[in-house]
Amino acid sequence: MQLVLEKRAERSNTIALVSPLIAIALTIVTMVILFAILGKNPLLALHAYFIAPLTDSYSLQEIAVKATPLVMIAIGLSLCYLANAWNIGAEGQFLIGAVAGSWFAVKTQGTDAGAWVLPAMLVLAAAAGALYALIPAICKVKFGASEILTSLMLVYVADLLLDYLVRGPWRDPHGFNFPTTAEFDPVATVPLLIEGGRLHLGSIIVLLVVAAAAILLARTIKGFEIRVVGAAPRAARFGGFNANQLIILTFAVSGALAGLAGIIEVAGPVGHLQPGISPGYGFTAIIVAFLGRLNPLGILIAGLFLALTFIGGEQAQIAMKIPLDVTKVFQGVLLFYVLACDSLILYRFKLVSSNQQVTRGVG
Amino acid sequence: MELVEAIILAVLAASTPLLIAATGELVAERSGVLNLGVEGMMIVGAACGFAGAWLTGSIFIGALFGIVAGTMMSLIFALMALGLAVNQVATGLALTIFGVGLSGLIGARFVGERITPAVHLSIPGLTDIPLAGRVLFGEDAFVYVSVALVVGVWWFLYRTRAGLILRACGDNHVSAHALGYPVLRIRTFAVMFGGACAGLAGAYLPLAYTPFFIPGMTAGRGWIALALVVFSSWRPGRLVVGAYLFGTVTILQLHAQGWGVGIPSQFMSALPYLATIIVLVLLSRARSGGSTAPAALGTVFVPDR
Repeated sequence: MQLVLEKRAERSNTIALVSPLIAIALTIVTMVILFAILGKNPLLALHAYFIAPLTDSYSLQEIAVKATPLVMIAIGLSLCYLANAWNIGAEGQFLIGAVAGSWFAVKTQGTDAGAWVLPAMLVLAAAAGALYALIPAICKVKFGASEILTSLMLVYVADLLLDYLVRGPWRDPHGFNFPTTAEFDPVATVPLLIEGGRLHLGSIIVLLVVAAAAILLARTIKGFEIRVVGAAPRAARFGGFNANQLIILTFAVSGALAGLAGIIEVAGPVGHLQPGISPGYGFTAIIVAFLGRLNPLGILIAGLFLALTFIGGEQAQIAMKIPLDVTKVFQGVLLFYVLACDSLILYRFKLVSSNQQVTRGVG
Repeated sequence: MELVEAIILAVLAASTPLLIAATGELVAERSGVLNLGVEGMMIVGAACGFAGAWLTGSIFIGALFGIVAGTMMSLIFALMALGLAVNQVATGLALTIFGVGLSGLIGARFVGERITPAVHLSIPGLTDIPLAGRVLFGEDAFVYVSVALVVGVWWFLYRTRAGLILRACGDNHVSAHALGYPVLRIRTFAVMFGGACAGLAGAYLPLAYTPFFIPGMTAGRGWIALALVVFSSWRPGRLVVGAYLFGTVTILQLHAQGWGVGIPSQFMSALPYLATIIVLVLLSRARSGGSTAPAALGTVFVPDR
């Protein structure tokens, strides 16, 4: 007897709905085992990860703050992935957006520039992120170079550029030699929604982005083209859709969103440019995109869930000395289960007895 | 002359992990599987390799730990991408994210520890030959293994029946299946070989390159190995050229930093990554006519029954 995969006649909508939930359940079972191996009480650890952050206002706001860049980037990535364009360099586009926006903040520092500084920073960051993402897109369309590899290589380049700027030309002269710019002026800072709280304007912007993406995908021709090019490239060719143009477009949009997320993070919760502004948002957003099934609303929920694991991971580290790397393992395991469960939408398992197997004909 | 010899030795040391990892990935890709998890398999190999060597005091056991760890990682990939027919790109990314976290978890205990690095060959008389002596007869075992590995893979792919079948699976899995070859099983073995190589390449870093473990010490080498496979047009001979060229760029930029060339160090450090992009673009452009990639690379295969 042997377990084999068999294609379903049509995709299973039931499984499509419950598969993310099954994936999360399986991940939690795996984590319980991992916590037990690490010698931590699994129930207490799960409580620290998933319940404790939901019980106080500060942590709840912090979840929204962490979810903001994750959702913003993941929305862009989902457009790419739907169109079968593999942008995995969002981390680099995030950093370049942060750098470009910060440039303006640093240049206007101490001047009497008005309230237009922040909008200008946002526009610059989005433009820079889009341009940076266009490098792999153009290399792909014009020369056929793998966008996976080029977009990833540019992450390292962006990281080094940021490092150079904050250690060199942009370093705060009064910063005791720490590699950071001076704190941004109030006009260059993303305003808080509640005085003294953590929630900032970025959370509103991200909700608008989610709504825009939902409309784009469900109600416009472009959205339809994106979905067809990814799901049925042959049909798209017959339909006269230009796949290359869509690669350029989706890369530019996802780069712009990642860049925007970068400057919002720097001009919001962080307040200045420094190395290490991202705990891997650009990579975690890949998980968010898949967990949210490349659907804007799904991504919003998935982003909040992944943000919860960031906050929960920090709390578990403080309360129970559970290493922060557990969060990354958790995220990786979650992505495995999500992908595996998604496979069951299209396929089902079937037991076949060995004698049904085709015998090896040609020796 | 001393300097030239030092540079050649450094280039060999920097190229070896790339060559080992890329050779493994080349076999996997030749069978039609695109495993983007090389970086993840390497970094877990690095952590486990160091753990093995630190616990037993033996570099050989450390390397074995790395190989086993890399193979286990690749089995996760095989289960997902081959067993469950999941998209290979997404699975590979998941493997890397998972591997980075797992290696941090395993390696945390060993950060700050040191081991005695792998010994270098020493043959009295031969090793002392100026210039060529240490390059040819004074390397650590990993360097010789990497060369043997790539020659072995070339021989396997082009001179054995099994190699021909493996390549057939990568070029047309439907035909290979119709002829009665177990495509998924062959691909699983190819992916496992890739994992073993990535694990060994990762283990090389803390066992021979630097005698300690730092989190994230692979620093994108797994991704560069993937680029090298594209660079090589999926041929082992060109892979050697690519890996050593790449090692040369890495070492020259390090030396340039040391000589105090008036360019910020970060720009020099970015060179290997930029070089990868430029090479990918130039090569892809040169082949604009027909692709040399295995025809079935990265495609899902679910056998009909």
